[in-house]
Amino acid sequence: MINLVQNEMLKLLARKRLVIVGIILSVLVILFTYAQFQTVQTQLKKLGTTDWRTALQQQIVDAQNRMTNSRIPDDFKEELEVRVKQQQYYLDNDINPAVPGAPSFTRQFLENSIDLLLPLLIMVIASDLVSSEFSIGSIKLLLARPVKRWKILLSKYITLLLAISVILALLGVVSYLISGIVFGYKGWTAPVFAGFKITDTGFDTSAANVIPQWRFLLMDFGVVWFAAVVVGTLSFMVSVLVRSTAAGMGIILALLIAGAILSNMVSSWTSAKYLFMLNLRLTDYLNGSPPPISGMTLTFSLMVLAVWWLLAMIVSFTVFTKKDIY
Amino acid sequence: MITLAVKDVRKRIGKKEIIKGINFELYDGEVFGFLGPNGAGKTTTIRMLTGLIKPTSGSISICGWDLKKDFTKAMMNMGCIVENPELYGFLTGYENLVHFARMIPGFENNRMNEVISLVGLNQRIHDKVKTYSLGMRQRLGIAQALLGNPKVLILDEPTNGLDPAGIREMRQFIRELAEREGLSVLVSSHLLSEIQLLCDRVAIISKGTVIKTDRVEALLSSQEKMIWNLNPIDKGEEILSKYTEVTRGEGTLITEFDEDQAAEWCRELVSLGVRVTGMNRKLPALEDLFLELTGGDSID
Repeated sequence: MINLVQNEMLKLLARKRLVIVGIILSVLVILFTYAQFQTVQTQLKKLGTTDWRTALQQQIVDAQNRMTNSRIPDDFKEELEVRVKQQQYYLDNDINPAVPGAPSFTRQFLENSIDLLLPLLIMVIASDLVSSEFSIGSIKLLLARPVKRWKILLSKYITLLLAISVILALLGVVSYLISGIVFGYKGWTAPVFAGFKITDTGFDTSAANVIPQWRFLLMDFGVVWFAAVVVGTLSFMVSVLVRSTAAGMGIILALLIAGAILSNMVSSWTSAKYLFMLNLRLTDYLNGSPPPISGMTLTFSLMVLAVWWLLAMIVSFTVFTKKDIY
Repeated sequence: MITLAVKDVRKRIGKKEIIKGINFELYDGEVFGFLGPNGAGKTTTIRMLTGLIKPTSGSISICGWDLKKDFTKAMMNMGCIVENPELYGFLTGYENLVHFARMIPGFENNRMNEVISLVGLNQRIHDKVKTYSLGMRQRLGIAQALLGNPKVLILDEPTNGLDPAGIREMRQFIRELAEREGLSVLVSSHLLSEIQLLCDRVAIISKGTVIKTDRVEALLSSQEKMIWNLNPIDKGEEILSKYTEVTRGEGTLITEFDEDQAAEWCRELVSLGVRVTGMNRKLPALEDLFLELTGGDSID
């Protein structure tokens, strides 16, 4: 099996897919670092101080002003309310929710890339792991070997898991190193609140506790990895089912974007919560942002994603081992 | 020794049976030709032999191992190229071979250099495959097929796209593999002359069934013809048609070849005042034979 994984790695690296992902990440991180830097500068100009308490207070006031506007939609109002309560909670406990520094930037970047950017990068790799063998035609040489088909597919899947891990590590390292140039490399031990809950009655801080940022980051990476594996497995399944890499990418892309659009408009269509795309923002549960449909919890989303993962695995392996290769 | 046995293999796709019971056997040290028009089921059969398509019924065994039950052991004894050798262009020739060698249990590394020099690719083996000519790709394809020391080599259209010199070289190479190393080589080709020059035995396949399997010479000699150059030709035709069926060629007459009768017919012609300027025995091209056997099923 190690031999087979080595083979897949050889092919993956020879096609420089990971290099491309690395370049995309670096460019985006530079862009976002600059944007973040500009935001800080503007704020400084506006408030005339770098004190985070003043800034946070200002944000709360801004949000409250917006909420009094009767023309903003209800679910947006709810979301603002939760955010205000959270910010107020931070302020009351005298804890800065966004200590400037590379670890905070990395956390923010991670939390914002979980439902679209990261899945797209993973799709680049997952969607042609199998279908490219068909489009090159090498599948005929690959399968006419003294190796059972499920082993070949499993080696590809293990390669996918490794690639996902590498991409995540890359994301962490690249965003830490690049943003650190501007914001400094400190902030690992800054306190962060974990354990906020959004219940039907509203924002619940009873289980909130302070943990160091590095632990929070670790938790973030954990759930992001899980979400990435599920998206990767689904792309992998499409790659098994569809011969054309382009068509496969199109399908996954359409689903992901549909998810991003839906999450803003489905609060009344509750059965949409079983769609995998709406369950990807696992980090929201950790930092206490409201879910797209009320009543969704971390456990629920993990279960939904696990079911999708299992189905994708079953379909991939049955189809691949049974398929006639023409 | 039988190296490959195909027994009553059938393949049904939907309601249509595209392979309707194919039987044949391969022996060690022989080159076996697989001949049929496009759409006769050649490639489907080859894909079933290489495990890419599962037969609906029937059995395939390689060196005694059933392909269905002992897939791994059966495939250990087979090397193949199905259609064009579509290798990884973004890897070097050597990396391609390493890739496929890793898929062979218990592969010994010195086999790598053996195979590379066997196909004569030493010079370019570390170049990317996308820079290779078609002939070099074909040779690399053979190299990967030979990596595992197979007893059975299956080559689908091995001379496809090669220039005349390359074709001759490939033919020699395949004969050598069979004669020196004792491999069984199954070759499919749409070039009938190719099969005629290369193979010991041939199976002719049409519409999903094998319509004839025999030694190439035996098949051809059963259909041997006699070409007559006669003057005057009309009188000659009149006389010959008393004994046998006569068809008219370009200024010649064609009859069947009958060793006992030919001299008799000749004497008859001469005694009746027909000048016999030429008598030639002619083996039919496999092409004619094919048309005769299939009743005009087209072949390209």
